[in-house]
Amino acid sequence: MAGLTLERVNKRFGSTQVIDDVSMQIDNGEFIVFVGPSGCGKSTLLRLIAGLESITHGDLMIDDQRVNNLTPPERGIGMVFQSYALYPHMSVYDNIAFGLKLAKQDKQTVDERVRQTARILQLDELLERLPKALSGGQRQRVAIGRAMAREPKILLFDEPLSNLDAALRVQTRNEIARLHERLGSTMIYVTHDQVEAMTLADRIVVLNAGHVEQIGTPRELYERPASRFVAGFIGSPKMNFIQVTAEADAEQGCRVEIPAVGQRTLPLALSAGGPSETTLGVRPEHLIPTASESGEGLEIVNVEYLGSEAYLYMERDDGELLVCRTQAPSPFRRGQRVTLDFDPTHAHLFDRDGRAVPPRARREARPEPQGADS
Amino acid sequence: MTLRRLKAIALKTGFWLLVAVLVLYAIFPFYYAIVTSLKPSSQLFEVSYWVDSLDFSNYVTVLSQPTFLAAIRNSVVVALSVVLIALLLGLTAAWALGRVRFRGRTTVMMIVLGVSMFPQVAVLSGLFEVIRTLDLYNSPGGLILSYTIFTLPFTVWILTTFMRQLPDELEEAAIVDGASPWVTLTKVFMPLLWPAMATTGLLAFIAAWNEFLFALTFTLTDSQRTVPVAIALISGGSQYELPWGPIMAASVIVTVPLVVLVVIFQRRIVSGLTAGAVKG
Ligand SMILES: Nc1ncnc2c1ncn2[C@@H]1O[C@H](COP(=O)(O)OP(=O)(O)OP(=O)(O)O)[C@@H](O)[C@H]1O
Ligand SMILES: [Mg+2]
Repeated sequence: MAGLTLERVNKRFGSTQVIDDVSMQIDNGEFIVFVGPSGCGKSTLLRLIAGLESITHGDLMIDDQRVNNLTPPERGIGMVFQSYALYPHMSVYDNIAFGLKLAKQDKQTVDERVRQTARILQLDELLERLPKALSGGQRQRVAIGRAMAREPKILLFDEPLSNLDAALRVQTRNEIARLHERLGSTMIYVTHDQVEAMTLADRIVVLNAGHVEQIGTPRELYERPASRFVAGFIGSPKMNFIQVTAEADAEQGCRVEIPAVGQRTLPLALSAGGPSETTLGVRPEHLIPTASESGEGLEIVNVEYLGSEAYLYMERDDGELLVCRTQAPSPFRRGQRVTLDFDPTHAHLFDRDGRAVPPRARREARPEPQGADS
Repeated sequence: MTLRRLKAIALKTGFWLLVAVLVLYAIFPFYYAIVTSLKPSSQLFEVSYWVDSLDFSNYVTVLSQPTFLAAIRNSVVVALSVVLIALLLGLTAAWALGRVRFRGRTTVMMIVLGVSMFPQVAVLSGLFEVIRTLDLYNSPGGLILSYTIFTLPFTVWILTTFMRQLPDELEEAAIVDGASPWVTLTKVFMPLLWPAMATTGLLAFIAAWNEFLFALTFTLTDSQRTVPVAIALISGGSQYELPWGPIMAASVIVTVPLVVLVVIFQRRIVSGLTAGAVKG
């Protein structure tokens, strides 16, 4: 059963289209993360689901019931805001109890729920304090507590960790993951931090300028990005992009002509036709540098040492940088020249529209497209 | 070095001198009223700057007049009603103007500001007709209505300004918690707007308490008058005698509540403002 379904959801502010035909299905209990660059509409999409903005057109279904016109509590959602938005004049207890009281729960139930919530989030000691007497991490937990006290089916988070320092962020990230495990409720989480996205998500939704670029598990997104945008957005350091000409080759996949490297054959199913301009994408860990004696190849302009690994930066003729991830300590030094190669099975190819060229069908299935061709 | 020191001392002296002049200017009339009110009528026209006799006969005279007591009661009723109505309407209007996005919001704000620019005299005759039509002539209702008209604009403006400063996410959090606009307003916004409400309420109270022109025009009988008019109409034994002693005593009596109110609320206002300055 689908927990949450979006069907061609659109949102316009005046004449600007902010959310453009977004459709997706979210299962009960899934942890979904929305990522995308700033201004792409992540918060707006979350607020549409919450019911804080009205949907211009399209349908939003929760448990197969259309909820476009329901209020947030009627939809059964809870939300954690970026700025926490705790009620400053209420104690932690009252902050958590506010929604329960409004739901006309009797006193005893309210008290039980508040204490249970506080226990889960380790807020027992702080119940009488005002928000201003709490640390950032504690405020964060109170905000989560307030959102989950009513036991909503769906919990929404809008960049909940962006006000915390790095160490606390890692800790709270873990707590949220454990909380999801424990509550089993559907969670939708907005962030622009891809580490948060990769570590927390069952599935990630990559948004770009109001439309969905790709939905998939972290691994799918990393290993098989559907577009150049996703490929560049997921992964750090970023994937290397090189302009190449590619030509379909019925036997082995497709041939690409790479400047300064030469010709390579990739196991990708490029549509047949003449040579075309494409973009080759290779992740930093799949670039293989070899020291070059003869002075050819590219110059290493910078080496970043990170303890567990090192990044080499090579400058190309056109001024663009290529990044290569190597083990640390790295045998390479700044100023050295290297020739580069890569593993063709881990290479990506994007056509002129930025769409990824799909991998070639497995050997067993190969005769079929050939038959269709001839 | 010494020159600089000298300059500093001169500046400091000058500053305190200025403060002294200002305080004298502001306080002296009231102080002199107190001094005069405590004199027996025989000494009334001897100029003296110190309280050298404690004679409460003027106070007794004033407080034994039933019309003056009625006037105080009327003033309290009118001023408190004006404060309550102005705060209630001001708060709800401020919510609409500060929180709800709608067309013509700026226009409404400008009209509200524009209304407050009319001088009282300009609307006097028109308002008189309105009050006669509504059958509120010579009753506290007429005064409450006319004062509310004049206190609402600044109440709305001040509260709207404060309302706009409250973060949007606070309201959204309340919506997600299932709060209706009214609950959000009373349970979430009002406690946070307390300093602003104290300020505007106090200003409305003072305005209503001191108002003279409408109070004189819209009331007829002694039993319906408010304090400023009642004081002005205190008369002596004959046409040619102004009873300064009782007038001064009455003035002191009606000023004291204002002073007390300001002192009480000033603390709240200051503490409220500093508490709001630290992000919660
Ligand atoms: N109330 C509004 N009226 C008009 N435009 C809006 C409104 N709210 C958002 N927008 C626009 O919608 C776009 C998406 O905004 P949104 O806040 O969803 O971005 P976001 O992905 O959350 O960005 P960020 O990562 O910076 O939070 C932005 O271009 C923004 O200017
Ligand atoms: Mg956002």
